Amino acid sequence: MAGYLLRRVIGTIPVILLITSLVFLLIHAAPGDPADLLLSDQATSQDIAEARHRWGLDQPFYVQYSRFIVNVLKGDFGTSFRYSDPVITVIGERLPATVELAIVSLLIAIALGLPLGVWAGAKPNSWADNLGSFFGFFGISMPNFWFGIMLILVVAGYLNWLPSSGRSTYGIARGSETGFYIVASLLAGNFLAAWDGVRHIILPAVALGTNMMGIIMRVTRSAVLEVMHEDFVRTARAKGVAESTVLWRHVLRNALVPVITVAGLELGTLLSGSIIVETVFAWPGSGSLLISAIESRDYPLITGTVIIYTLAFVAINFMIDILYGFVDPRIRFGK
Amino acid sequence: MAVDVAVADAARPVRARRRFAIRPLLKPKIVLGGAIVLTLIVAGALAPWLAPFDPNAQNLDLALKPPQWLLGPHILGTDAVGRDILARLFYGARVSLVIAVMVVLISGVIGVTLGAISGYFAGIVDFLIQKLVEVVWAFPPLLLAIAIMAFLGQGLRNLILALVMQRWISYCRVARGQALSLRTREFVDAARALGASNTRIIVRHIVPNLFQSAVVIGTFAMASAIISEAALSFLGLGVPPEIPTWGSMLADGRTYISTSWWLALFPGLCIFFTVLGINLLGDGLRDLLDPRLKRSGTGMG
Repeated sequence: MAGYLLRRVIGTIPVILLITSLVFLLIHAAPGDPADLLLSDQATSQDIAEARHRWGLDQPFYVQYSRFIVNVLKGDFGTSFRYSDPVITVIGERLPATVELAIVSLLIAIALGLPLGVWAGAKPNSWADNLGSFFGFFGISMPNFWFGIMLILVVAGYLNWLPSSGRSTYGIARGSETGFYIVASLLAGNFLAAWDGVRHIILPAVALGTNMMGIIMRVTRSAVLEVMHEDFVRTARAKGVAESTVLWRHVLRNALVPVITVAGLELGTLLSGSIIVETVFAWPGSGSLLISAIESRDYPLITGTVIIYTLAFVAINFMIDILYGFVDPRIRFGK
Repeated sequence: MAVDVAVADAARPVRARRRFAIRPLLKPKIVLGGAIVLTLIVAGALAPWLAPFDPNAQNLDLALKPPQWLLGPHILGTDAVGRDILARLFYGARVSLVIAVMVVLISGVIGVTLGAISGYFAGIVDFLIQKLVEVVWAFPPLLLAIAIMAFLGQGLRNLILALVMQRWISYCRVARGQALSLRTREFVDAARALGASNTRIIVRHIVPNLFQSAVVIGTFAMASAIISEAALSFLGLGVPPEIPTWGSMLADGRTYISTSWWLALFPGLCIFFTVLGINLLGDGLRDLLDPRLKRSGTGMG
């Protein structure tokens, strides 16, 4: 197991270096001098010359490149123009909101997608299958930004059931809004604030999770369909195991490997989906931060967010790899 | 008379064969999906004739008129500067379609070529190409496109580059896997024994065998390209604002959501049904052409 882990860790190092290189190339492919990009519009030519020297832009390409890589590895992405704070601090403050949203979306997606998929896969071509497949297609075809707007229009607007934006109601929030708001409120015993947080997170989480729900449903269905024909399922049935036990214990467990794989791969979709959904719902996370950074041409912040999101995605995929090494030991020893 | 019979006899097998080829296509998914896609193509191609108004003609006297359905000239209403929604939807279909088709074709050519080379040569070439795949794939989908648009700026060329950047990968992965097994097949050995060059073997013997999978991946790539294009336009990172697209209409509509629901409803419906249609078509084609892909192609990315 330790050898397997070590091999995977070493395998990701070149990928991280290459990702950083790609972002570096992208910054340099941008029209104009990086100093112009990395400085605010008010900078004088003297500022620019000074910045060029400070950032080493007057150095040869390979020096700039290695300096960029070293800075990234140190977590130094420079200072945000707009917030005048280190980029890493600005992102760090907004990241918990994104993680909270992503986790709740993922839970919603699993809670709906998995049973629908098992239900549909266990009885192919039944009405349950058709209904499940309908939800599956609905999920994968629904653009989350439009679904979000429609949820705001109907649920928040006409029905007035849930709030349409933000993380908390003004006056209810105690202290900082950043951080893991719901969990923190619960731990502090402030149930009113926690309930307020739950009410705020439902619509964005549904908008963000629908896509994932569709994907999980479809993968679960086809995995269950495949496993249903295996010998061990026939054996379990022949032993007289109850059908529901066969389904939920024997079939689902073996169908879980492709589901985890695909769910893991699609976490990236969830991450990038959060950028849009956060913008729609004015959710104060790192996704909406990226979009406002693009609008205000805050290039250090854009670079930092892109790299941190990508590294997070690499880390998630890494953990998924480890996770299905546990779920299916054949993978661990196979390769 | 005798001639007629002979003609009829000669025609029969042909007709029978043709029926055999069409019947598998008559699955509900393919028919429904195909019909939606066909509607999109017609709407996009005939936009100048179908659109009731100039999509960019502004008239502030007519701003934010609700849908008049069949009772007035502005069937689906007007936007904040009095432009006709229906006309803009027709032109938006054209933009979405052109961008998606170009993205799918360019990604397909790049992905299949690199995949075929990677699988056929194996070894160091394969290693390098797969490293590239791994790195580009390491970016969360859409994030790389957002980054490209943010750094390189708006415009059609950058948009297509941004959308192609990750979409060639699914072609490449599948093509590589198939090329790896094709390279050891007898017909490839035979071609090599006859003195065919590597290029010839790849172009004439490997690539044609990758075509079916590429078609299936292409339909899903098209659906995701349409959603991504709409998402980028929605974020203001797509084509320049003067070109009507569904995504930018949706972004405009968001501003007026509390008062004018029609601005956001119709472009969103267009995106949803288009993507649904393409996904249905892709699903049907996959079941038909390449059931092995069932697990790998989830349709999004």
